[in-house]
Amino acid sequence: MKAALRLLAAVVLTAACAPARAELDTMAQRMRACETCHGDRGRATPDGYFPRIAGKPAGYLYAQLLHFRSGRRQHAQMAYLLDRQTPAYLMRMATYFATLDLPYPAPPVPQASPAVLARGAALVRDGDPGRRLPACTDCHGAALTGLQPAVPGLLGLPQDYLAAQLGAWRSGTRKAREPDCMATIARQLDAGDIEAISAWLAAQPLPRDAHAPAGEVHGTLHCGSLEPTR
Amino acid sequence: MTRSRVAAALLFALLGTAAVLFGDRPTGDNGDAPQIAADIADPVARGAYLALAANCRGCHTARAGVAYAGGRAIPTPFGTFYAPNITPDDDTGIGRWDADDFWRALHEGRGDGGEPLYPVFPYTHYTKLTRRDADAMFAYLRSLPAERRENRGHALRFPYDQRWMLAGWRALFFTPGVYAADADRGAQWNRGAYLVQGLGHCGACHEARNALGAIRSREHPAGGIVLDWYAPALDVAREAGLHDWTHEQAVALLRDGQANGASTLGPMAEVVHDSLQHLEAEDLDAMVTYLQALPARDPAPSPPAPATDATIAASRERGGVLYRDHCADCHGRRAEGRSPAAPALAGNRALTMDSAVNPIRAILYGGFAPGTHAVPEPFGMPPFSAELDDQQIADILNWLRRDSAAAVVRDYDVRRQRTGPLW
Ligand code: HEC
Ligand code: HEC
Ligand code: HEC
Ligand code: HEC
Ligand code: HEC
Repeated sequence: MKAALRLLAAVVLTAACAPARAELDTMAQRMRACETCHGDRGRATPDGYFPRIAGKPAGYLYAQLLHFRSGRRQHAQMAYLLDRQTPAYLMRMATYFATLDLPYPAPPVPQASPAVLARGAALVRDGDPGRRLPACTDCHGAALTGLQPAVPGLLGLPQDYLAAQLGAWRSGTRKAREPDCMATIARQLDAGDIEAISAWLAAQPLPRDAHAPAGEVHGTLHCGSLEPTR
Repeated sequence: MTRSRVAAALLFALLGTAAVLFGDRPTGDNGDAPQIAADIADPVARGAYLALAANCRGCHTARAGVAYAGGRAIPTPFGTFYAPNITPDDDTGIGRWDADDFWRALHEGRGDGGEPLYPVFPYTHYTKLTRRDADAMFAYLRSLPAERRENRGHALRFPYDQRWMLAGWRALFFTPGVYAADADRGAQWNRGAYLVQGLGHCGACHEARNALGAIRSREHPAGGIVLDWYAPALDVAREAGLHDWTHEQAVALLRDGQANGASTLGPMAEVVHDSLQHLEAEDLDAMVTYLQALPARDPAPSPPAPATDATIAASRERGGVLYRDHCADCHGRRAEGRSPAAPALAGNRALTMDSAVNPIRAILYGGFAPGTHAVPEPFGMPPFSAELDDQQIADILNWLRRDSAAAVVRDYDVRRQRTGPLW
């Protein structure tokens, strides 16, 4: 009788645990370690510093994960989390976040003056032919939602994060694959440009279709990031 | 200059005297002990395997740098060491070295000018390697492309930057000597001993060091602090001892990075990822045979915290609440673990061993178990360094450690782990 009861208990327990186990054995559960910083399923909102990663092109995300490990991008905690994982797992992480299709919140109300925002808008849309600065839309897409598979969108990101990235490219602490077109661009921006661009970008709502379309970049600047990963 | 630094300087001066008195022991040893490790005929391939087992690459390669071209920073209490270039470049590497020079480095801990090397390069362990194995590693390193990369000088605090003083240190703490097989033990045990004591240099991290960086195996109850982590003692069951494990579980821990509810973290995750997971099955078997046969020690635990202490009781109570809010979701309400997403914390020796350094670091910085052949997509522990303050982390640990005799965790124990390299 006792044995039978124990058996029954075991069966009930197994039945109770089995779905739980399958439910836990997922990529979403594995990636919860990222949510502390990148927000629920990678959809960090633009009011902090952490970049949203949900819905960005997979090729771009994968390249960034490799960059944190190789030191092309510097963030000790990111590198520590990724250092001892296989490239195949990093690719899984990248595709997992890339395929998440989550709504974007409304952008925060801009703090910058209308003049600064107007300067930002002009630089993003038209660049500055006088100093051979291309328009950001040449590569990041007319809607600024990026291009598959390797150009990220520029909307839905915190202003501080955007400014820090452009600054990091300028000072050489962020690098992309050579030739590093973003470094060339960032070196042509001064502190005022960076402030204006990031203030304007962070204040833009996402278009209804926030996906990165497939497409060609325009202009003459060549980007190593767009070549297929070895 | 702080008091402890004055003391250290004095000690170093004394050691200089010791060097004069006792001399730096020379060695006539030529390393013709029986050959033990993996049998691969081609010296280059054999050397490649041995270098993997010795994890030479781990230290001698900078982040994203060319393999073996040096430059990795190794932080220690004495300052930061920068591992040198050991590719065969003539000017910046070991291109002009011959096999005797290389042997002298590994076996005697001397550079090509005869100068004593710092024991952060674990020649204190590699001295046990046979000449044949050293020659094979040299052949392998010679076969690599020469990479020109200038060495960077170490950034050490005074007096540790005085290389000549190493002579005294060596006189007291270092005796060169190839591993001598124990005739009373089987071939597998001897092979394991050679791997653990020599190639794997496990003791370089796992044995307690004295204030001068020398290993003081027998005097100290526990393991060593390395790179801000605590490397638990390999001969104590409630630390890292594998005595109570099955042979298969122990092999799995070393090869896969996790087994039997335990998982490797920080520097140990790197050892597994870079080195142990690539070892041949016979070598892992041999290591486990040796580790499980280590005479087990049971150092007296620190006295249990007085249960009546109201501040500790309050800390545990707060900890229980914090645990339910932040951790129960993954680790289970009673910390029993939720397989496969998170290990049990109740009864987990990583939590109950006396040193709280590793669990503090796990909570602050999170982390994944190493990605290995057997576990290519491990689960991750989120970092809580921003979400929880020092006292909160101490509270949670006091709650998790409430049934063990482990020391009480204080907020300053946590604070101490908030700075320094992550690994
Ligand atoms: C401790 C906080 C933290 C955790 C945890 C964390 N990240 Fe990050 N991550 C950051 C920060 C901060 C940045 C931006 C770094 C910079 O300024 O370049 C970043 C950047 C990134 C980027 C580049 C985003 C872009 O748009 O260029 C990717 C991709 C990324 N993280 C993925 C991950 C994944 C995957 C995980 C989990 C395995 C993770 N992160 C966990 C803090 C974190
Ligand atoms: C010639 C093409 C090109 C142009 C023009 C261009 N970008 Fe980029 N940008 C890229 C590529 C490619 C990347 C991805 C880099 C990588 O792989 O790390 C990128 C990445 C970025 C990122 C990083 C996003 C993130 O999530 O971290 C920012 C910010 C950025 N660009 C801003 C700008 C701004 C602002 C402009 C206009 C002033 C601009 N870019 C113009 C090609 C371009
Ligand atoms: C824990 C880190 C570490 C490991 C593991 C390590 N080394 Fe080193 N090695 C160093 C450091 C640091 C030095 C510099 C010592 C000094 O300056 O006195 C060094 C010095 C050397 C030197 C002397 C080079 C010179 O220019 O004088 C050689 C040769 C060498 N190591 C080879 C090896 C080999 C072979 C292995 C594997 C069997 C190995 N090392 C493993 C850290 C390490
Ligand atoms: C670079 C330093 C370092 C070296 C070298 C090293 N270890 Fe460790 N080891 C650690 C640290 C730190 C821990 C504690 C963290 C953990 O539990 O993974 C540890 C933990 C362990 C554990 C306990 C794991 C657990 O979770 O119960 C075992 C067993 C172990 N090491 C065996 C070895 C063996 C065998 C070797 C030699 C082949 C070795 N270690 C070499 C640093 C090191
Ligand atoms: C998202 C799920 C998740 C949450 C939430 C979480 N953990 Fe973990 N934790 C893990 C995983 C997965 C591991 C195993 C990591 C590894 O293998 O390196 C782990 C490992 C640990 C370890 C190391 C155990 C060992 O055996 O070495 C400690 C200590 C720990 N967690 C404590 C906590 C505490 C305390 C909290 C709450 C503040 C917490 N965890 C919250 C998933 C989680």
